[in-house]
Amino acid sequence: MSLANLRRLEAEAIHVLREVVATFSNPVVLYSIGKDSSVLLHLAMKAFFPAKPPFPFLHVDTRWKFRQMIEFRDRMARELGFNLLVHINQDGVDQGIGPFTHGSNLHTHVMKTMALRQALEKYGFDAALAGARRDEEKSRAKERMFSIRNAQHGWDPKRQRPEMWKTYNTRVGAGETMRVFPLSNWTEFDIWQYILQENIPIVPLYFAARRPVVRRDGMLIMIDDDRMPLEPDEEVMDRMVRFRTLGCYPLTGAIDSEAATVPDILREMLTVRTSERQSRLIDTDEAGAMEKKKREGYF
Amino acid sequence: MSYLQSVPPHDLEAHLADHDSKTVLRFITCGSVDDGKSTLIGRLLFDAKLVFEDQLVNLGRVGSPGAANGEEVDLALLLDGLEAEREQGITIDVAYRYFATSKRKFIVADTPGHEEYTRNMVTGASTADLAVILIDSRQGILQQTRRHSYIASLLGIHHVVLAVNKIDLVEFRQSVFDEIAADYRAFAKELGFASIQPIPISARFGDNVISASQNTPWYKGPALLEYLETVQLDPPEAERPFRFPVQLVVRPNANFRGYAGQVASGRVSVGDPVVVAKSGQRSSVKAIVTFDGNLATAAEGEAVTLVLADEVDASRGNMLVAPAARPFVADQFQAHVIWFDANPMLPGRSYILRTETDSVSATVTALKHQVNINSFAREAAKSLQMNEVGVCNISTQAPIAFDAYKDNRATGNFVFVDRVTNATVGAGMIDFPLRRADNVHWQATDVNKGARAAMKSQRPAVLWFTGLSGSGKSTIANALDRLLHARGKHTYMLDGDNVRHGLNRDLGFTEADRVENIRRIAEVAKLMADAGLIVLVSFISPFRGERRMARELMEAGEFIEIFVDTPLEECARRDPKGLYEKALAGKIANFTGVSSPYEVPENPELHLKTVEEDPIVLALKIEEFLDRHMEDK
Repeated sequence: MSLANLRRLEAEAIHVLREVVATFSNPVVLYSIGKDSSVLLHLAMKAFFPAKPPFPFLHVDTRWKFRQMIEFRDRMARELGFNLLVHINQDGVDQGIGPFTHGSNLHTHVMKTMALRQALEKYGFDAALAGARRDEEKSRAKERMFSIRNAQHGWDPKRQRPEMWKTYNTRVGAGETMRVFPLSNWTEFDIWQYILQENIPIVPLYFAARRPVVRRDGMLIMIDDDRMPLEPDEEVMDRMVRFRTLGCYPLTGAIDSEAATVPDILREMLTVRTSERQSRLIDTDEAGAMEKKKREGYF
Repeated sequence: MSYLQSVPPHDLEAHLADHDSKTVLRFITCGSVDDGKSTLIGRLLFDAKLVFEDQLVNLGRVGSPGAANGEEVDLALLLDGLEAEREQGITIDVAYRYFATSKRKFIVADTPGHEEYTRNMVTGASTADLAVILIDSRQGILQQTRRHSYIASLLGIHHVVLAVNKIDLVEFRQSVFDEIAADYRAFAKELGFASIQPIPISARFGDNVISASQNTPWYKGPALLEYLETVQLDPPEAERPFRFPVQLVVRPNANFRGYAGQVASGRVSVGDPVVVAKSGQRSSVKAIVTFDGNLATAAEGEAVTLVLADEVDASRGNMLVAPAARPFVADQFQAHVIWFDANPMLPGRSYILRTETDSVSATVTALKHQVNINSFAREAAKSLQMNEVGVCNISTQAPIAFDAYKDNRATGNFVFVDRVTNATVGAGMIDFPLRRADNVHWQATDVNKGARAAMKSQRPAVLWFTGLSGSGKSTIANALDRLLHARGKHTYMLDGDNVRHGLNRDLGFTEADRVENIRRIAEVAKLMADAGLIVLVSFISPFRGERRMARELMEAGEFIEIFVDTPLEECARRDPKGLYEKALAGKIANFTGVSSPYEVPENPELHLKTVEEDPIVLALKIEEFLDRHMEDK
């Protein structure tokens, strides 16, 4: 156990990725384009070398992601040559569901949770890998590496399987699926340190730049396109900001920052006093919000 | 949470290198309910300034129902991430937290105290180096203290901190602390911990959590955090023999064949000889491949892909090992088993046994004894109930490669998986192989099954009639037997009741005995099929697991499950043996359908409904099925 921290985390994640490929017939990676997904993608390239990752990467597109995220996604798929699947909930589009018109809860439920369930069923995936970490949020701190979901994709915290050592029970019954989190034991700081060490490409939104933002519900929301209606008292500011996490742009708060490189970000992280999920509107609607979403099938 | 630091470093690179090379201590907190485990971790993180501001604000938001301490922030809420936990004010599942100080990194698993959730405590303990065992100063050592201490030692944790908590509630009296510490040492003597460090603390007020308390001037030892930062861990055993469980074979093209896995112990270098554990085939390491370039050496913990110099047969579940120090390869061994499931572990029942990369069918052939966790005494037992620990002999359908758990946690462990529900029902730590496996060899015979069957002009089969008592199994089987006999087929009928008069005379009707009853009948049916016969087994056989076990004993296509489906009311109405009347009056215990479950077959080859059809008609249906079935092959 004398491996350095990042080597140890890397080996643990690679081991989990290989277990999934060895024991499931139709796995997929949920690729959300964020920093954690970028690390997961990098690890997948490593785990099966010299072979390519033997599974597709699925992006659930809510139609409200930052434009730079979509550009980045398409560029990565082109450059690395992985199999990218994009799923959009057409029912939600037809109903015109959006965060401004329907609120963050309904938007997230229809365009993200329901869309994910649709996609998993459409392709018949039996295991879905994702980059969620236990240190993000306290109901996630209770997750297993291999987390069983019932036929309705729900998470039942009381039915979690014991998970000893690295001996994972990968068996699922008819209709059940597995969610797998190879980065469970990584912290936000580990992610950034690894991105620096491995020179992993990430979406430019993580780096500070002058961007048009408004202050709304105590958060700095970036105006990424012309679909965002402004309140009468809101004024558009041009501010030096960056993002700690990425999601739908109307639901993701920016932070004031000068950090324009990965080392700058690491330096900033050593002094920051708030958690990364603070900038996510969907987590703060109500107490226990994340657990509720997970029970419904959200990641 | 991330690794917060109070002072930003001047030299980032040096700081990162230092950060990356710190040792990691994995520890758990355990002990009885309300001893303050979650509060202690919350206090540790809070006082060491490792809690983010928005997380503290959130505590205020959900705080009211669970905040036992009125105005104060309830620090346990930092950890109890599930709604049910906050409502009930208890910890249900293990929570992992990550933090670092200037000296070390920590992964802490906060585990539940309730006996009901022992499985989640085991989950945290399986990967921990150290256990912080909390004791309420007012209560002293409780059953759960003993249970968790025993499980910690069983899972290979060598270091214990005895956190004597709520010391403020006994006026910081040294005598209370000394007495608890002495009691614990006396009790833990048999558990073989390498170190035990008692510390008097108050998680609620922070005494001796991160710094020495003014309230306990008589205590000269370290505060908790100081101790965790400096406790000497077991030195990494570089000299342990090389073990490489194969996870999967990587074959991107015809020219490359590599074995992907994670080094479980020891190290290997290019040119080193290796042996395939199960077959004994020898080869040597030609290359150690990674995405970042080939390596000269791979050490414990590294995930790599090995290319060998020769073509050998090594697939997932096998192990590449050092030729001079090989693991055991056996299909029988003794192990300590912790049971998690509400359905008890029964000797004779078939489970899936999963090691890190291997998966085989297994049965417990003998439950040697159960361990009483209060006295550590060995007690006779016929089954293991939830949260009990026992010593078992285990038999696997195919040999597995393993080490003793005390020598290697990674290659000496396994879990039991239920065949029907797929739940993880138990965890095992292997003690040693049983020699019988080496000395009892299968006798090869010259006249084989095929020859015997050919002489009878038939294909052997096991027709397994399952259904409630009085459903008509024996009546239909009898009718079919007559039909087949008349056509010159060689048959034999095994009837549940008849077998109980002889071979299974020693068995009763408890769940454990029923499982053994079926196991024996299945083995007899297998021998008869081997003799070339068509065997008709008429037998309630209420459990899916056992029917599946019987199916797997036979050759593919040989086992034909016939579900004789008669509603319970109809069986009770027919009641040919007068048993339902007695059972419904409560005079027969464990009567299937009344006081013991019948698990309906999910995919029987034949599903017969007796209410609409005459037994003879149903027998003809089976005969028709058999004719088709025999032609197919």
